[in-house]
Amino acid sequence: MSANWFIILSAILFTIGAVGVLVRRNAIVVFMCVEMMLNAANLAFVTFAHTNGNFDGQVIAFFVMVVAAAEVVIGLSIIVTIFRTRRSASIDDASLLKL
Amino acid sequence: MNLLMDAPVIDYGIMQPILVVLGAAVLGVLIEAFAPRENRRNIQLVVTFGSLLIALYGVVTNTSEKHVGLGAVNSLSIDGPGLFLQGVILVSALVGAMFLAERDIDVQGDAFAPQASALPGSEDESEFTLRGWLQTEIWPLFLFSVGGMLIFPVANDFLTLFVALEVMSLPLYLLAGMARRRRLLSQEAALKYFVLGAFSSAFLLYGSALLYGFAGSVTYGDIVTAIGQDPGRNGLLIVGSLFVFVGLLFKVGAAPFHQWTPDVYQGAPTALTAFMGAATKVAAFGALLRVAYVALGGLRWDLAPVLWVIAGLTMLIGTVVGVAQSDIKRMLAYSSIAHAGFLILGVIAANPAGLSGSLFYLLAYAFTTLGTFGIVSLVHDASGEANNLGQFAGLGKRSPLVAGAFALFLLALAGIPLTSGFTGKFAVFAAAYEGGAAPLVVLAVIASAIAAFFYVRVIVLMFFTEPQGEEVSVIVPSMFTQVGLSIAATATVILGVMPQPVLDLLNNTFFIR
Repeated sequence: MSANWFIILSAILFTIGAVGVLVRRNAIVVFMCVEMMLNAANLAFVTFAHTNGNFDGQVIAFFVMVVAAAEVVIGLSIIVTIFRTRRSASIDDASLLKL
Repeated sequence: MNLLMDAPVIDYGIMQPILVVLGAAVLGVLIEAFAPRENRRNIQLVVTFGSLLIALYGVVTNTSEKHVGLGAVNSLSIDGPGLFLQGVILVSALVGAMFLAERDIDVQGDAFAPQASALPGSEDESEFTLRGWLQTEIWPLFLFSVGGMLIFPVANDFLTLFVALEVMSLPLYLLAGMARRRRLLSQEAALKYFVLGAFSSAFLLYGSALLYGFAGSVTYGDIVTAIGQDPGRNGLLIVGSLFVFVGLLFKVGAAPFHQWTPDVYQGAPTALTAFMGAATKVAAFGALLRVAYVALGGLRWDLAPVLWVIAGLTMLIGTVVGVAQSDIKRMLAYSSIAHAGFLILGVIAANPAGLSGSLFYLLAYAFTTLGTFGIVSLVHDASGEANNLGQFAGLGKRSPLVAGAFALFLLALAGIPLTSGFTGKFAVFAAAYEGGAAPLVVLAVIASAIAAFFYVRVIVLMFFTEPQGEEVSVIVPSMFTQVGLSIAATATVILGVMPQPVLDLLNNTFFIR
């Protein structure tokens, strides 16, 4: 199977994630979309590691997973605090900061 | 494929500043776990200031002994510009830590909520406030962020760049949401900062993945070689570099990726805004300069149109929208966007003068930003910090010293001759002109003139307008803020009157790879 298909899949995943961040309202869903973008990058790294014939990409994928886990901790804690204060996890409700 | 590898040789001396700061951050976490509550703040202050000073000493000795080179198996490139940027970040962190340590401005304690987990306005919170608890976890978070900033501008491959970006940003997202007053605004700022920050770092990462696919390595040096061997432009290379630039331009707050800046600057505690506005910008521009000059230097002409548009847009949005602001923190945030636009001229210049000019600009900008936000945190009305522009009217009569210092910082931001901002701007604009960006330089001069209008407007308000409406007062802070503001003001004056020693230091420094 050609490696191109994996790159195309990763590009599709990345696009779905990016569009999701821009159009979805719920902070949790937005957050999941960001995670999907990171995982799309992981897929690209691993595929390119295969085509390039070195291990760099595979090692990087592990680093990215660790960073993504740290990001989950921070992101969820921020979303949960906001939810407890406002009883809503909608990005649009958070609009006190305006011009 | 050879699976055996030799143990890497690591030069610890060259990495001393990074290791000390990150080590102190880990120590800070342990202090949170084991030290009794009443002693924590003092211990954390000793650890924070001690580690920052030791790290600064390391940077100074490395600079004076010309101890430069690649560190940690080529993943860090500690060279002249890298050491300079680390020095600027550490000094900004020292002054920023002084503002964060301030306890006399707010009667209830410092600028952060007693317990970030307690709901604003709840019984728990008033109980914690009554007991005078302070959130000392801000100190390890602060040090982790500083550690990430020290790595960010010296990262020599895209993996290190990504990890440093996250280490620097994640603690800031949390700190931005922990303000003692106006917590809803603060939490909202944290959410926006987090969502947009994570979004942009995903772009940076995906761009790195594409560049890895193109070059077979994420190290800057290997990417340069691969670009040199590939005369026809590869799609992976172009899209990858654009994505990397999106990630970095977001961090420096360039249009059209600037939307988070005013919200976060306004919502975050002012003491944190001072540190974040100064040090994050320095670290992010350091990384942007290194990526643009070293890794993607071969793509200069392919990327120039994009950078031209972004620089022009950033300067115009920063200044034109900045004029319309009525909140002082938002106005300063738009001013920071405009400055990001001016600094991108140094990236476009793509010559040694552009690099040294940008570095000087960053040094001057760090001190003026720290100074302006430091002063903003002192002006209060009955409900807390007075951020409305109108409330600054007549401040010059009531507290000439504070108003005078504020005027000094604003003039430096505007780039009036004999201030540090002028020297920086002149160096960057001259380098960009030399680099063939004359139309952009004209635009930058016009933008500077518009920006000068809104800085001078504040000065006119302070000195030549009668106070109206409610009374505002200038709080007399403790030694921490006094020393911090004095450092910022002294540096602004000295860099303006005699910039030559710093310019000499910056001459002939260039990136190594």
